[in-house]
Amino acid sequence: MTASPPEAAGPAPSLKDRIAAALVSGAASALIGAERSVTLSGLADGWFLSSPASEVAGRCVLVRTRSPLAAALALTSLDGIAGRLILCPPDLDATQLAQAAATAGADLMVGDVEDDEGPSGLAHHRIAFEPIRGGPDGVAGAPATEWALFTSGTSGAPKMVAHTLQGLTGAIGQPGAVASAPPPVWATFYDIRRYGGLQMLLRALTGGVSLLLTDAREPPAGFLGRMRDHGVTHLAGTPSHWRRALMSPALAELSPRYLRLSGEIADQAVLDSLRARFPQAAIGHAYASTEAGVGFEVTDGLAGFPAAYLERDDGTVAMRVVDGTLQLRSARTARGYLGADAPPLGDADGWVDTGDLVERRGERFHFLGRRSGVINVGGLKISPEEVEAVINACPGVRMSRVVGRASPLLGALVAAEVVLTDAAGDPAGARGLIMAHCRATLPPHKTPASIRFVEALKVGAAGKLERRLA
Amino acid sequence: MSLRSLIEDQMRQVAAEQQKRLAPLSDELVLLDSGLDSLCFAIVVARLEDELGEDPFATSEDIDFPITFGDFVRFYDRVAA
Repeated sequence: MTASPPEAAGPAPSLKDRIAAALVSGAASALIGAERSVTLSGLADGWFLSSPASEVAGRCVLVRTRSPLAAALALTSLDGIAGRLILCPPDLDATQLAQAAATAGADLMVGDVEDDEGPSGLAHHRIAFEPIRGGPDGVAGAPATEWALFTSGTSGAPKMVAHTLQGLTGAIGQPGAVASAPPPVWATFYDIRRYGGLQMLLRALTGGVSLLLTDAREPPAGFLGRMRDHGVTHLAGTPSHWRRALMSPALAELSPRYLRLSGEIADQAVLDSLRARFPQAAIGHAYASTEAGVGFEVTDGLAGFPAAYLERDDGTVAMRVVDGTLQLRSARTARGYLGADAPPLGDADGWVDTGDLVERRGERFHFLGRRSGVINVGGLKISPEEVEAVINACPGVRMSRVVGRASPLLGALVAAEVVLTDAAGDPAGARGLIMAHCRATLPPHKTPASIRFVEALKVGAAGKLERRLA
Repeated sequence: MSLRSLIEDQMRQVAAEQQKRLAPLSDELVLLDSGLDSLCFAIVVARLEDELGEDPFATSEDIDFPITFGDFVRFYDRVAA
């Protein structure tokens, strides 16, 4: 693990400083997107915003981009200059963007889309793909820019948590590093505008190595082909990303040295499939959350994590299990949620409740799912109540319960149990009606994959629907 | 109904529901080129489990994921046998 410099030792180096420090002379490391690339040395030297640094110094800046590479250019330019940057995930809608801008106190927005006006009243500056004049020389920036990230939340107003570059990069080591081996070339299935993908971006930038980026517009086979062309050695994604890759003939053309899984429960089947496909590669699955930061990595090829992790204290992350839920206390934890009414992130002693249920089996803990019943469909989190509300609005529906249904391909799918007002009604017609209504109202991953009609649903002592994993 | 036509039916239905254009289903068709995305496949697999009572992705000892439509049918054929 790379030790973080103590905060008391003066201002922390900016992202640009850290890229410059990591660059090996002569190396042509780059961020490689589907359409274009930018070298790391260009990133370390250049200014990529249409507004001069003096205009963004100390300000609160929304970063909203179509291309992930543009987001990387903006983050590198802004760290150490802006007071706070807010990294918007690609699927944020206009209402959520306006709410976020208000909550975070945004002063301006930077983006790569001409006609994206953003929240009203907010100045909009362009991100350029070539360095332009107006860099930060002589501009007094912020000593430690705050990085606000969106939690992979479920519904309603999105929540943001505040991190620092120091905290975000605290877990970054060099896995599978062999001194004599050529430098790694990383690729990530994740979007770098979310916590998991941002980890990969910062790992590449602060390690001085190349990283291939993708986004939802690129077909998986195309991305795998680019990985082959660039000789990717290190590859990261969720278990769902990996299961999808395992179904592609293009994966056979890769010979990675290191594979990493995180963002969802890595089950034994996906770990075994990857081991069989890549017998020579190191395989690790990591536990992290936007709020708690990176917790730990497991490298023994087995699902879950050793119970001994609970006793170990590496001075950075401590773990405990309370009422079957994993809690973390870590130097990498976010500073807190943004917003005046935001709840505290951790308790008085700094423990963050992850909401992830674990169960001890022998000398190992296994993950069971989310305590709140939140359904994780391939890394996208869904609140059952949101889907139930849509189903319950259909004519003929008395009540419904939405649960996660285990899926070996995506971790979980949305499944609905529905009670009709007229038990003798026409279930086939009702099914069609409910599905049509859900498809018109909800994005595809929130629409139930299956509907089952039941006579009644159990309501617990507190008057709440009883929830369990189906 | 044969296993193959059951699988074809499910793929067609899910493609229609998710408004995806399904490629003609031949043994050689690479699944990732079929027009179905990962959500569609997960739904097809869940519905086949409801129909057949079997989910080879969850239960199979075989850790080779199917790559073509022909592989996919054989994957189910083996657990049904």
